Amino acid sequence: MLSLPKNFETFNEARQKSFMALYQAKERGKKIIGTFCSYTPVEIIHAAGAIPVGLCGKSEQGIAEAEAILPKTICPLIKASYGMAITDQCPYFYFSDGILAETTCDGKKKMYELMGKIKPVHVMNLPQSKDQALAIDAWTEEVKRAAKFLEDLLHVSITPEKLHDAIVYRNRLRRAIVDLYEVAKIKPSPVSGYELSTVAESADFHFTDDDLIAKIEKTTRDFKARTRNDGANRPRVLITGCPNAGVRDKIIKRLEELGADYVCADTCSGPRVQKFMIDENADPYRAIAERYLKINCSVMTPNEARFDDIKDLVKEYQVDGVIEIVLHGCHTFAVEAYTTMNIIQNELSMPYMRLDTDFSQSDGGQIETRLGAFIEMMIAA
Amino acid sequence: MLFAGIDIGSTAAKAVLMSEDKREIVARNLMPSGWNSRETAERLLSWLMSLGYSRDDIRIIATGYGRVSVPYADSTLTEITCHGKGAAFLGGDDLTVIDIGGQDTKVIIIKNSRVIDFVMNDKCSAGTGKFLEVMANRMGLTLPEFFALAEHGKDIKISSMCTVFAESEIVSLMGLGTPREDIACGAVGSVVSKVATLVSKKASSGKYYLTGGFCESPLLIRKLSETLGSEVFTTPDARFAGAIGAALLGK
Repeated sequence: MLSLPKNFETFNEARQKSFMALYQAKERGKKIIGTFCSYTPVEIIHAAGAIPVGLCGKSEQGIAEAEAILPKTICPLIKASYGMAITDQCPYFYFSDGILAETTCDGKKKMYELMGKIKPVHVMNLPQSKDQALAIDAWTEEVKRAAKFLEDLLHVSITPEKLHDAIVYRNRLRRAIVDLYEVAKIKPSPVSGYELSTVAESADFHFTDDDLIAKIEKTTRDFKARTRNDGANRPRVLITGCPNAGVRDKIIKRLEELGADYVCADTCSGPRVQKFMIDENADPYRAIAERYLKINCSVMTPNEARFDDIKDLVKEYQVDGVIEIVLHGCHTFAVEAYTTMNIIQNELSMPYMRLDTDFSQSDGGQIETRLGAFIEMMIAA
Repeated sequence: MLFAGIDIGSTAAKAVLMSEDKREIVARNLMPSGWNSRETAERLLSWLMSLGYSRDDIRIIATGYGRVSVPYADSTLTEITCHGKGAAFLGGDDLTVIDIGGQDTKVIIIKNSRVIDFVMNDKCSAGTGKFLEVMANRMGLTLPEFFALAEHGKDIKISSMCTVFAESEIVSLMGLGTPREDIACGAVGSVVSKVATLVSKKASSGKYYLTGGFCESPLLIRKLSETLGSEVFTTPDARFAGAIGAALLGK
């Protein structure tokens, strides 16, 4: 039976509102599947008649509660995600019918075992390398196995037609999101990167029946029509590394307030991932698997293509400097940061700065000094 | 038009006045930052005015973590850019600047007198002036007394990097009767080793150049040179590097 969390009365108005909106969507018969990674093939969720929702924690909330169970040293994104889940504070997790998870990093895959005690969780086995023997075959089978999980969970049948429609729809949506991101290719960018990325990521939380793609396309046109007078001398920054939604206010907002423009993200929500389309004319499961295996995340080894992508993005978006965000406890991006640094500084002769941080506000002052110094460095370069 | 730089750090506030051609330091002043940055900034302004110029004759650039508390500044810049510029003025166009500050330590890579890279210590106070200040306090000494004592000490290992834990470690060492000079010497060694780790994170440029309040601490300079395997240069004016750089960057 549909019900609200026991602690609902203690939530602030905004949180109560989003709980109520989801409650009503569920009452209308919507199904929700939670996801935590850009490797999760959302097409099968669509084809199963459900809405995929990204459940990654984006703030300090829930971290203290999660640390009672998870080690303190694990990355803040995992702690926040799990903490929001166990405290019933996240309406999307609370109302999700199940979770489609993946074995991306060690912290996440072990956390999912605990999360599985609260919700139906299916964990897809992601290959650790695109080049490994049978990687694409194994991953295709994993996509099929995940589809089976959804069929059983939601009592639906994922027909080839539904899957094809989902692929076509998600390709169109991705194209629209890439077009939106590419507004920032205009120099100077007519829109702040903070605003642009917030709008782009809100596409992950769409529960109404209006046309999401049309909405995004309209936003893109509106953004392009804007003009800005202050942008000419602002250095343009590419942000790479770990998912940055949890530090968006602390780093991205501050960066722009201090005088730079955030024009491009080489992260799992940015254009580097959105640009890969699915072949609409091939075998759907295989085509889905191929598309997702193209994603360049530091969990893959080797992960050379990520650096080719960064070099392309730096050119396409006419970037003046690169900031790498490494969340505490994220070993894979922390190690790769050494390679990023060498490529940006030595090959591209461009300012590069690495920020190691978490979702707390305690290092706001230090980060501000670093951001300010980095902007001065880009201007002097 | 003359140029003044005001550098309000966590521990010390520095001000310099530079000549019109920015080639020489006309006057310099150093005072504790105190608990009220704004008041300290006002005192530095009074000092500047007491030199016989009018406010309109001087461009004032503020830096340091207290730069926001200098309401009369014509502009502000971060301490990284200013320390880099000031160190290049004092030490040459290509430098690996090591600035040990009151609450943070930074390594700034300078090529052609421009900052091309930098790294700062993380949020903890290990490897900063604060570490030695806390240790000196714990031993009932002023920092000059602490350094004088450390000169005669043997190098013992303080294993805790964390200032709070190191303080307890020192209490135990005192309890065991370890000579105070050895403890002081060990504490300096701890800062040096943490600073050297920070230096190793970046490809160095030219010679090592120390700025900040320890520019007149021969023991620390000697130990740092030994650990880095290369001479660390400095000068008594290096504590003014941030203020000098700020003045130089005034337009």
